[in-house]
Amino acid sequence: MSLDFLKDAAESNNWWALTPEITVAGMALMLLVLEIVLPKKEHRFIPLFAVVALVGALVGIVINFHSPDYWGQQSLFGGLIRISEQGQIARIFFLCSSLLVTFLASVCLPRSKMPRVEFYHIVLVITAATMLLAQSNHFVMFFVALETLTIGLYILVSYFRDNPLTLEAGLKYLVLGSLSSGIMLFGIVLLYGAVGRVVIDGNVHTGFEFPVLANFLQQHPDNFIAIVGALLVLSGVAFKIGAFPFQVWVPDVYQGAPTPVTAFLAVSSKAAGFAVLLTLVTTVFRPLQSLLVPVLSAAAAATILYGNLSALKQRDAKRLMGLSGVSHAGFLLIGVTASLTVPWAWTAVWFYLFTYMLASMAVFGVMAHLTGENDAVQDLDSYDQLAKGKPFLAAILAIGVGSLAGIPPLAGFMGKLLVFVAAFEAHLYGLLAFAVIGVVISIYYYFGWIKAAFFASWRQEGAVEARPAFTGTAPNFLGVAVLTTLALATLVLGFFQTPLTSWLMK
Amino acid sequence: MPDNAQLLQIAIATPLISALVIGLGLPKRLSVKLAAVAFIVPALISVWLWSQFRAGADTGYDFTSNCSTGLAQFGIGLKLGLNGISLPMFALAGIVGLAAGLYALQSNAERLKLYLMLLLIMQGGLLGTFASVDIFFFYFFHELALIPTFIMVGIWGGRDRNYAAMKMTIYLTLGAMLSLIGLIALYAWSGAHSFDLIELKSAIALRALDGGQQKIIFGLLMFGFGTLVSIWPLHTWAPLGYGAAPSSAAMLHAGVLKKFGLYGLIQIALPLLPIGAQHWAWTLALLAALGNVLAIGFVTMAQRDLKQMIGYSSVMHMGYCFLGIATISVIGSGGVVLLMVAHGLSVALLFLLSTAIHHRTHTFDMAEMGGLAQKTPVLAAFFVAATMASIGLPGFANFWGELTVFVSLWTFSKWITAVAVAGVVISAVYGLRAAAKVFFGQPTEPFQRVAAEHPPVDLTWSERLPALILLAALLFIGFWPRALTDLVNHALTAKPVVATAPVTFQR
Repeated sequence: MSLDFLKDAAESNNWWALTPEITVAGMALMLLVLEIVLPKKEHRFIPLFAVVALVGALVGIVINFHSPDYWGQQSLFGGLIRISEQGQIARIFFLCSSLLVTFLASVCLPRSKMPRVEFYHIVLVITAATMLLAQSNHFVMFFVALETLTIGLYILVSYFRDNPLTLEAGLKYLVLGSLSSGIMLFGIVLLYGAVGRVVIDGNVHTGFEFPVLANFLQQHPDNFIAIVGALLVLSGVAFKIGAFPFQVWVPDVYQGAPTPVTAFLAVSSKAAGFAVLLTLVTTVFRPLQSLLVPVLSAAAAATILYGNLSALKQRDAKRLMGLSGVSHAGFLLIGVTASLTVPWAWTAVWFYLFTYMLASMAVFGVMAHLTGENDAVQDLDSYDQLAKGKPFLAAILAIGVGSLAGIPPLAGFMGKLLVFVAAFEAHLYGLLAFAVIGVVISIYYYFGWIKAAFFASWRQEGAVEARPAFTGTAPNFLGVAVLTTLALATLVLGFFQTPLTSWLMK
Repeated sequence: MPDNAQLLQIAIATPLISALVIGLGLPKRLSVKLAAVAFIVPALISVWLWSQFRAGADTGYDFTSNCSTGLAQFGIGLKLGLNGISLPMFALAGIVGLAAGLYALQSNAERLKLYLMLLLIMQGGLLGTFASVDIFFFYFFHELALIPTFIMVGIWGGRDRNYAAMKMTIYLTLGAMLSLIGLIALYAWSGAHSFDLIELKSAIALRALDGGQQKIIFGLLMFGFGTLVSIWPLHTWAPLGYGAAPSSAAMLHAGVLKKFGLYGLIQIALPLLPIGAQHWAWTLALLAALGNVLAIGFVTMAQRDLKQMIGYSSVMHMGYCFLGIATISVIGSGGVVLLMVAHGLSVALLFLLSTAIHHRTHTFDMAEMGGLAQKTPVLAAFFVAATMASIGLPGFANFWGELTVFVSLWTFSKWITAVAVAGVVISAVYGLRAAAKVFFGQPTEPFQRVAAEHPPVDLTWSERLPALILLAALLFIGFWPRALTDLVNHALTAKPVVATAPVTFQR
């Protein structure tokens, strides 16, 4: 990298465009400094700094969202980064998600003896990485951001290192995560090699750039090496989103990871996968459309079936969230498949992701408040009669789970509807049939959860054995406020979608 | 003074907002009063709108209003309005909702606030369903009304409530998803790219869907809506669910919500998909005649449980409605609308009275009852009247509905007509036998024991009022069917897409 490049970047004011990422990443480092500088009893204020950085970045993006400077579809840093509408939406999404994860962590972390500041530090680093990932326009940028995300998650997944289930989860995630990174890297290299052969001036630098690759695939859509490379890259992404057949890690890791990290995996990591997938499919790999539609369709159908069928008999709430999350990935994959032919379909995917974030975070928020120190085991029986003991948490849980199940008038239904409409316009009728089957199956297990929390079960008298009762904390003022906001947003978006659509579908 | 279109919005919003207010923590005493107001307002508005209705010249709709919820670019908007078909259904929802609400208010149910809240959501959803011109919101409001049913069965249900709630949820979700896919297909294939029924109609009038597409969409809608209406053999959720549901939920669901599917078939499927309808007509007729009317008729005769019997009888009566639709004629469709209203009123009355009987006998088992009429003559009189209405005796609304369906059926197929008429005999057998077993004859031993412990009192005024409302509506339409048929006729004949003469079919 020559100095000219940096000089160009400085002159073109490219850095300005990355202020949010720089703020977040800078604050991540700042947190570590603060831990050294501040006296020990002031350490409880450190998470506030993280929140300030996230909110600051969020406000900055929202204010500048409609500013004309952003809308040139321009690429920055010599093609490493491309500012796009989707990238902006993704940044907002990841900042919101990280804010909520920080909130969950502030509920869960005080119960364990683990150091806390590092947790918030890593969350900020991952946030910056996901934001860059969603805007990357170059496979080097792409891979570095993705690895930053993944390595951060390796640490977070095994954060409660004295819990054997957490350690198991950490190891599983590490081994399978590295494997998927390897596969993806191999794919990138194959693509690079395929392009490198035909570039006459021998400028190997451009073989990583998305537009160059798209151009190449346009001219040679049947290049075998490039196709293999594309499929391997997609396999790596499939691991991130938990799509069939790369979903085996999901239940164990979701169960073992601390609840805030499970939420992070379920929302941010999955959404990062979809952001990348949408970018790849609509730009680089669009020329491979005739190959990708059947491949993605098959993956979507298998993911929906696998996720729902395996969740059917699940009795652990966190594993259930994991496996039902797999089925959500399947529904989202339908939207991604549709986006190959229907231009607006990507907005349906993001709408779905936003509603999924609101609902999942509400459910994980309830979990965080219910569980005690060991949050890896959450039998559904423990939710028995939750409505009697903790009516507030039960109500939030019902709204969250109902939205995940796609029950109108909650937001999750609108997400599903938009994806279905997109699929219909893309003529993916077979996938719709799978989706309907999936929705009907999912009603069974989501309903079972609500049933456990609300309906008095018929038990024989005298047979009431001691169930693992929850020892969690009652939500404080902040907890009530955040959970109420999530639930209300889920409810309101079901009736009135303008707040989201005015951003998504200009 | 708000104009009529705003009154329509108020009618839908009142129950929903009241439910929200109660949910936000209104004290119980005020909640009960607010709920009473929220049940009365839509009923009054629905009757008022009936008197004010003037069909719009071009579309047939009146009281229309439109507002966007943020999905205008998808052709989804909250467009409300009533036409000659939806107005009677809207009024039915208002009246049955009032009766169910009044009955719930005096029921002293456990967790009464939550119960009223769910009932209000259901009522708001029902009113919205029939007032929606936008077929997406038509579906949306239906689901809004459906969800409380599941919860009410699960919490206040009787025997087997967990199983019943689960089964109902899965069946009805399947039906709803199939019909949703059908509606999306209509949206995408019609080229209108709008869920607005009026726009869909004009788009299809310009360029009809091709036959294959019509067959697929009508099939989806027929089985999707059919599951929601309990078409044989997808009916098994209905008796089970009604048997377990608390009385007011059963009244609203069996009386009004279930009609959603039939209404959808008449309002959407028949006018937009004539070729599809002809393709499926015989399948529908055979399923309805042999399955719903004959098979379920015999099953109903075998019931010992009073509430299950009413549940099965409502499945059976849905068979007549399907038969009327299968004729694809104006007179058949009109008969179905009449029958929907009549059956909605009579089945709600029967569910109300069966719960009143349960309070006095402490059982639903008809073998353990008998001789109740000596103690409670008014209850007996109401029950006999409701049974007569349900069988279809002249003087009650059901008579005109069944008669017109049979008349239209005669040109469709004489054999099917014979089966349908045989169904009337079956329903007379089980209806009269139930009345006899419960009220007349000698008191059985178990009943004597219960009666000794809790001496049965006659129907109280708080129970009589909702029953009277329903009975009065039944008799009004029974003696003055023109109040309804003129509206329906106008709406059905105005549409150029529907065949105006009964269509005859070759085997």
